[in-house]
Amino acid sequence: MSQATQQPAEAVSPYLPRAAKIVEAKDFTEQEKYFRFEFEDGQGIEYLPGQFMEVSVFGIGEAPISICSSGGKRDDLEMCIRSAGDVTNALHELNVGDTVGLRGPMGNGLDMDAMEGMDLLFVAGGLGLAPCRSFILTALENREKFGRVTILYGSRTPKDLLYAYDLDAWRDRDDCEFLVTVDRGDDDWTGNTGVITTLFRKIDRPDAANTAAFIIGPPVMFKFTVLEALAMGLRKNNIYCSLERRMKCGLGKCGHCQIRNVYVCQDGPIFSYAEVMRLREGI
Amino acid sequence: MLPQILPKDKLADFARFLMGEYRLAAPVAKGHQFAFEFIETPEDVGRIRMDYDITILPPKKFLHPMYEELLRFGGRDPATGEAPIQAEPTVILGAHPYDLHAIATTDAAMRAEPADPYYATKRDATLLIGINIRGYVNDEQFMADMRTTEPPEGGWDLFMTDLGDRYYVEVGSDAGSKLHQAAGMFTQAAGDDHKAKQAFDNEKASNLPKRLPYDTRYLPELMSESYDSLLWDAVARRCFSCGTCTNVCPTCYCFDVQDKLNLDAASGVRRRQWDSCQLHTFAEVAGGENFREHRSSRLRHRMFRKGKFIYEQTGKPGCVGCGRCSVHCVADISILEAYQQIADEAAVSAMEIAAAREESQ
Ligand SMILES: Cc1cc2nc3c(=O)[nH]c(=O)nc-3n(C[C@H](O)[C@H](O)[C@H](O)COP(=O)(O)OP(=O)(O)OC[C@H]3O[C@@H](n4cnc5c(N)ncnc54)[C@H](O)[C@@H]3O)c2cc1C
Ligand code: SF4
Ligand code: SF4
Ligand code: FES
Repeated sequence: MSQATQQPAEAVSPYLPRAAKIVEAKDFTEQEKYFRFEFEDGQGIEYLPGQFMEVSVFGIGEAPISICSSGGKRDDLEMCIRSAGDVTNALHELNVGDTVGLRGPMGNGLDMDAMEGMDLLFVAGGLGLAPCRSFILTALENREKFGRVTILYGSRTPKDLLYAYDLDAWRDRDDCEFLVTVDRGDDDWTGNTGVITTLFRKIDRPDAANTAAFIIGPPVMFKFTVLEALAMGLRKNNIYCSLERRMKCGLGKCGHCQIRNVYVCQDGPIFSYAEVMRLREGI
Repeated sequence: MLPQILPKDKLADFARFLMGEYRLAAPVAKGHQFAFEFIETPEDVGRIRMDYDITILPPKKFLHPMYEELLRFGGRDPATGEAPIQAEPTVILGAHPYDLHAIATTDAAMRAEPADPYYATKRDATLLIGINIRGYVNDEQFMADMRTTEPPEGGWDLFMTDLGDRYYVEVGSDAGSKLHQAAGMFTQAAGDDHKAKQAFDNEKASNLPKRLPYDTRYLPELMSESYDSLLWDAVARRCFSCGTCTNVCPTCYCFDVQDKLNLDAASGVRRRQWDSCQLHTFAEVAGGENFREHRSSRLRHRMFRKGKFIYEQTGKPGCVGCGRCSVHCVADISILEAYQQIADEAAVSAMEIAAAREESQ
């Protein structure tokens, strides 16, 4: 029997990750850790805000994680990772100098140039600030392209607040409005308390027809917040969210991320509320 | 490419010829059922059963194996990863038309960008030799409705029809043409052969009546209309979420990916394995949120993938009507029956709408 194995030279595996070194690592909270990565091959990366990477630890597995740095062509990228299981726990043990595997960028993301001239409303709940931050930083880096910029952020307790240095920077800027609230304050907390929807009463009424909103957070938060946004008169196709689904391949094959006829890993994770409504199983 | 004739007593020679050039897979008896297996020894050749009714698993297991290595790694260091993309030249002998259609469907799905090189490499190294069917072999099949009783437009190499003492062999590709020429046991089909094939086809058609009360052109639309139907809850009450239906389905290709360590606890493989959207954890994410928590939503998802989504994504049938899922379901859940029932529902809702209109006038 001639059982020669064929290995076509052009067959490159989309499952093969690129090696990336951790160049910065910081514990944000007990559960959330921030990382900045640089690729070992020196080739850098180009991505849109809203895209994600498959982060790989050989021997444990892979997890889809949003890129939280601003979009564009660059040498590094940032992520905020919550320990939630095998892969993410293993990632939490890593520090500066360690390497991980990265596949991506994956998913659709959103080109913010399409929103030029519009007012922007960012509403982030909990870890939703990670993907949302990519949009926020991209907007602030191109501040002149957009109208009013409003950022609302809600977290469970003051201890759970992420990206403290960004929050300070946004608070200090006079070209954007930034409000934060916690569900439960502590003795030192002097800011807003209450769920994130309470912040909607504290902001000026937006120019509804000309506002794009990014509402990113847990499904319950999205459901209540989207009502506020609609009540203010925002258009369904100007409200964006990021959907979380179980993902195994990121390539539109394994089926795990499928919502009806949509593969979140390819067609998402960023969807307009109009699309989410059509999907029915979206939120 | 003109049809050929292979005398039946030359089938074993042909199989031996194929074994010399390729890894050969063919249907053999397994208890009172049938399975595709590799034919490796002279004894194996004698076990080939071109007259099988249906195999337990479809030939997808050769193209999208139950377990498949995606990567090998030497340790935690991502630089140690490599991708073992390879394939042995293989012939799958004896695939029924519906299974050829199912392969065309998975071809389209796996080759869609970003293409899957593991599947594509195996598929490129595989020749398909089909064998004709005479009719339904159980009450759960509905190939006539799914238009899978004849081989698909392309994607196969030879297609055989049993004419008693000889096989009438249609040639579907250049590779198929080269294959029968190289084998040297084939002769060109003549007038009598064509007539006999025609008689076979007539007989076959009468054995393959349609079993759905509508044209499957309307299946995706009917599925849409049935989305909120209580039917899915009713059927799902019997379902055990065992995943047998997706395992035996020739057009199901969902998978899980897991890392397996070698004994040194550092090196290992990242491999994929068949998974099932019917299993409870399939759509569960961190934090415990499960987007298809209820059995009925999972059952509906399978029925929709088969009757609508895959077709809309690939332009090929998402269900080829082979009946395997229904025959092997321990709860007697029948996809044919479900597809029949959604038609009743549509008829009822159309009647309700008409009645409501009348009342409002
Ligand atoms: C598009 C997208 C962006 C994301 N962005 C971030 C982010 O920026 N930061 C962050 O911390 N997390 C993010 N996640 C969630 C993160 O992917 C999961 O927490 C992680 O996959 C859990 O893997 P694990 O191995 O640590 O846990 P496991 O040990 O595998 O399992 C723990 C739990 O997670 C579920 N789970 C398993 N695999 C997945 C999977 N592939 N996707 C989702 N849930 C899964 C399991 O059902 C189980 O309940 C994102 C998820 C998606 C889909
Ligand atoms: S084989 Fe039957 S019982 Fe098992 S998951 Fe499928 S439909 Fe449910
Ligand atoms: S869904 Fe059932 S009948 Fe349809 S192709 Fe799959 S196993 Fe065959
Ligand atoms: S993650 Fe596999 S199909 Fe989307």
